[in-house]
Amino acid sequence: MREIKYEDIVKSIRDCIIFSGTNLPKDAYAKMQEAHEKEKSPVAKEVLRQLLENADIAKNEDKPLCQDTGLAVFFVKVGEDLKILGGSLKQAINEGAELGYREGYFRASTCHWDTRANLKDEIGYNLPAVIHFDLVAGDELEIEYAAKGGGSENVSRATVLAPAAGRAGIVAFVKEVVSNAGPNPCPPLTVGVGIGGTFEKAAISSKHALFRELGSKNEDPVLDSMEQELKEELNKLGIGAMGMGGTQTVFGVHIEKNPCHIASLPVSVNVQCHSSRHTKIKF
Amino acid sequence: MSKTYNLTTPLSVDDVTQLKAGDIVYLSGIIYTARDAAHKKLIDLLDAGEQLPFDIEGSVIYFVGPTPPKPGDPIGSAGPTTSYRMDSYSPRLINEKKLRGMIGKGKRNQAVIDACVQSKAIYFGATGGAGALLARQIKSAEVIAYPELGPEAIRRLEVVDFPLTVINDTYGQDLYQIGRAQYEVK
Ligand code: SF4
Repeated sequence: MREIKYEDIVKSIRDCIIFSGTNLPKDAYAKMQEAHEKEKSPVAKEVLRQLLENADIAKNEDKPLCQDTGLAVFFVKVGEDLKILGGSLKQAINEGAELGYREGYFRASTCHWDTRANLKDEIGYNLPAVIHFDLVAGDELEIEYAAKGGGSENVSRATVLAPAAGRAGIVAFVKEVVSNAGPNPCPPLTVGVGIGGTFEKAAISSKHALFRELGSKNEDPVLDSMEQELKEELNKLGIGAMGMGGTQTVFGVHIEKNPCHIASLPVSVNVQCHSSRHTKIKF
Repeated sequence: MSKTYNLTTPLSVDDVTQLKAGDIVYLSGIIYTARDAAHKKLIDLLDAGEQLPFDIEGSVIYFVGPTPPKPGDPIGSAGPTTSYRMDSYSPRLINEKKLRGMIGKGKRNQAVIDACVQSKAIYFGATGGAGALLARQIKSAEVIAYPELGPEAIRRLEVVDFPLTVINDTYGQDLYQIGRAQYEVK
């Protein structure tokens, strides 16, 4: 049985959060450069220039890319033959998250749903993290982390379509969500789409889809063609960077699928802003 | 064609009526931060007929909840938050207190757009997610009200050449609609 020390997980999570909040991933930076080159609107081009400069400043001065350092979201693949020495895995992730947010001078953004009081003293600094566990065979431990801001989360939507709606219905729903969102979620966007499963499974898949590398191809040829079609259609909306009008509205569309119930076609759209802070740690 | 202006707060009616949706403004001077929680408190004060914690006439409010400053810095990362959450509060500040400008990101509702026309105010967009870049233009920051709100406290900021785009002008124009219509492919 493989063993991993509790403290090692805490430290890796902490370091990963601080790095991720201040360093735009290479794929997102490259997409931003590409959008800056292709953009036809001078106003949107200037926005993209500012965003590239912002990424450079954040990296060089260890400053958060965005003041909304998000809720901490984790997807964890944990092998059945793995043992954590000195504590629980869930506790280690939360402890690492708290340290990362606090010591990185990130914002504590969790609050009570009703009173809206900040929970930093009651539960912990920016805690609790949102953690999705997946138990797998073997002894691996893989942790994916995203900082998910409110602006893009607020415009995300899920629905359950009738099976007859099919591919065309899914495309129409994604277009509607992005079109209604307009400038609010800080475009250019990455659009995560989850298809199938149950209501919540589709939503979780749409969030997980955002972890795929920007510019990579979907392995499923049907989904790949849907991604291409959607990207083209969404860029036609004219929303542009920060919604000020332009040709570059999305960096990419990522779709994940699940088998469905014979009676339903769940679809979820999780919108990701340009500040796409996603990382993966393998232990 | 979009024009570029350098303006200093407080803003006069003449300052803002020359601006058109799509213009670029580099703003300097004092601005104030407030998000929804602080706005709610300001409106409660108005309802009670009490004085607001800062002189609002001619001023500009920035919708922002910054990250904590690192030692030696005046402020942490400080980009705009989504503005619609202030829609139910802004018109009263504009119409009753002569608030002259707001800085945020994202769409405003018709009531805000109408108030901008009626009482001459501007809704400026700053680049969302450019928190590190925008923080560079903030020279000092001081909490002046509601410290218990943490990142949402009201701060007095001194800014130099803060880069903005006019979204809603005093003529009822909306850059989000104009810009999108220009690049939409039907
Ligand atoms: S939507 Fe993204 S870039 Fe925009 S403010 Fe929120 S976290 Fe930052």
